[in-house]
Amino acid sequence: MKNTIRQVFHSPKFVVGFCIFAAILLTMLIYPLINPGDPLEMIGLGTFAEPGTYISLYDSVTTDTRTFKIADADDNRINSILDSEDRVNMVNWFTVNDIDVSELDISDTDTLLSMWEEYYDSSIKPAGMTKAMRNYYKRLDSNIAKVMNADILTVSEEDEDTGETEEITTIEKTDYVNVDDVANVVTLPLGTDNFGRDTLKELVSACGTSIKIGLIAGSVATLIGLLLGLLGGYIGGFVDDIVMFFTNVFTVIPSFVLLILISYSINQDQRGANTVALVIGLTSWVWTTRAVRSQVMSLRNRDHVNLSRLSGHSLMRIILTDILPYIASYVVMAFILQVSSGILAEAQLSLLGLGPRTTEVPTLGLMMNWAMLYNAHLNGSWWAYFPVILLIAFISFSLNLMNTGMDQVFNPTLRD
Amino acid sequence: MKGYRKYFRKKIIWFLITFAAALLVNFLLPRLMPGDPVSAIVGKQAQGVTSATAIQDMYNTYAKEFGTDQPVWKQFFTYVINLCKGDMGTSFGQYPRKVADIIGSAIWWTICLQFPAIIVGWLLGNILGALAAYIRKGFDKVLMPVSLFFSSIPAFGMAVILLVVFAVNLQIAPVSGGYGFDMIPNLSWKFIVSVIQHYQLPFWSIVLIAIGGQAIGMRSMSIYELNADYVKYARFLGIKDRKIVRYVFRNAMLPQVTGLALSIGTMVGGALVAEIIFSYPGLGTTIYDAVTTSDYPLISGSTLIITVMVLIAMFILDIVYGFIDPRVKAAQFD
Repeated sequence: MKNTIRQVFHSPKFVVGFCIFAAILLTMLIYPLINPGDPLEMIGLGTFAEPGTYISLYDSVTTDTRTFKIADADDNRINSILDSEDRVNMVNWFTVNDIDVSELDISDTDTLLSMWEEYYDSSIKPAGMTKAMRNYYKRLDSNIAKVMNADILTVSEEDEDTGETEEITTIEKTDYVNVDDVANVVTLPLGTDNFGRDTLKELVSACGTSIKIGLIAGSVATLIGLLLGLLGGYIGGFVDDIVMFFTNVFTVIPSFVLLILISYSINQDQRGANTVALVIGLTSWVWTTRAVRSQVMSLRNRDHVNLSRLSGHSLMRIILTDILPYIASYVVMAFILQVSSGILAEAQLSLLGLGPRTTEVPTLGLMMNWAMLYNAHLNGSWWAYFPVILLIAFISFSLNLMNTGMDQVFNPTLRD
Repeated sequence: MKGYRKYFRKKIIWFLITFAAALLVNFLLPRLMPGDPVSAIVGKQAQGVTSATAIQDMYNTYAKEFGTDQPVWKQFFTYVINLCKGDMGTSFGQYPRKVADIIGSAIWWTICLQFPAIIVGWLLGNILGALAAYIRKGFDKVLMPVSLFFSSIPAFGMAVILLVVFAVNLQIAPVSGGYGFDMIPNLSWKFIVSVIQHYQLPFWSIVLIAIGGQAIGMRSMSIYELNADYVKYARFLGIKDRKIVRYVFRNAMLPQVTGLALSIGTMVGGALVAEIIFSYPGLGTTIYDAVTTSDYPLISGSTLIITVMVLIAMFILDIVYGFIDPRVKAAQFD
């Protein structure tokens, strides 16, 4: 036993797979300790906040400031309000009003702005321009003016009793606050999802649930497969015929179809993560049964098993000491594959809308389902779906690697 | 020919038995659940419906369709007889369309998408796997982990990635659907071009994943055969390398045909989910719509058709296998 494990850990493929899987498991266990809280808490209003650090504007106004004179601060400011679309629209305005733009370079901010200041007039109503478009130019103009002209912003508070506004503080262009001094800072490495939840926290929790689903489904499938395989292979005869009949039938009927039918038959409020895992396990035992059965059949008539039988050992003891150790490596490998396909099956079911009920725990499949329902892939919110896909891929990649690594250890013909 | 006849007779009998079992499963599963299946379905359907008479009406319609007042064996007979007439009931999500009608229009999209994709993926995967086993060294070192990683990406994940890269960002392929949304299916040139454009992304997302899995399988089979004794013996005899390689790959292909037959059910399941991402008008999207509208007759009909499709595909593969497997061939001369 000890020797086998040492041998397995000498396979580089197995070790790489094991390390990836262990890293995922560790993150899953440690992250909730660093960042505790309910993963389904909706912290943000609105959908899909971008990843990044958010500082409270309210708190930063009252935080102590330092003055920095940074040369390109103004340019940065203008660039942050003038995106490429705005620049094209500005040039369009010039052309509509017959102003020569042949020498204007669209990326030259200084010339563009000075021309804008010289020619723009909100009272001109160019023919064919919609009101919405005219309003857009007005807004753009006032935004530019704000950045170009105002040097000092005044923040004031309304007195509750008198209704008068009272100046609290003024903000100059050169004022900076240290992020560490601001009372409320939220860092969202993966932004928020469509419900305004912290995606990273949700992802870690979902990963845990999905691995749990995979483990339960894998255990159930392996247990059923092992039991039926031992029964059919060791006892043989009529029992074997029955086992093989069911195995053959369920090999042909796609397990995905069974999953859909069973999941649909269970009401959604009874469909917890564990139920889904159980159903997945119940539909994916076929492979293990087939393999265990054929292995046991070849073991049944080996000398050591016959000797055991002649010595009057019980059936239980023969199976436990003379048969199981020989098929253990195979069963472990099959279990690893079942875990990986269980995680995948949950994700596919959830995408069809047949996953676990949505109120308690997130799973990787449910996160994917939500992201797709809210069109994250069409509106550019990559953080809502890409980490999920990557995580599923890495979990099954690590499990597959461990499986091939073990395969090479136990099947010397496959070694490099 | 006696060997063949026996082989085929056995296969056909198995095909019929599994077909009957599939019918039974499709019929029994919803009826096995605790409680009255009709009230469970009506409960789902009637969410948001307040009028009591409307709910009672729904209940009566379903009770008639299920025939719950009759004994189970009689229900099963009615079910089979209706199926023989091509009647799978009426859809409730898309009332008053017939289920058979909806499936009839969806099934061709699915067949034309999945079967070419799975076969192309299988062929490319086998070629790459065989090359990796034969060349080894650098090619193998790169190809193995890459194929393993590709086969680990779920089909829907690959679909989303391709969609975002090629349709949303590069805008060289359409985002969704099976043809332009402004068109009515007809046989014009413009329509065919639109169908081909919409075909690309779903097709490649299935092919890429199939390649990964098949390449790994073919590689290990080929390595196993290349190390076999008959190869060494043939080398000692001085038979040319090219001739040996041909024998080796023919032998390695046989388990790959069985492998395809066995994995086709899983592949179809994954590809059906990938269809949803592209809103491709096939069976996957049909099931998705049926689930969201709690359209029980449509779900039951679609799953039955998918089972039958997989059954037929496996049957064909079994027949092909019979022709190429030397053991079945040898049985002819007994």
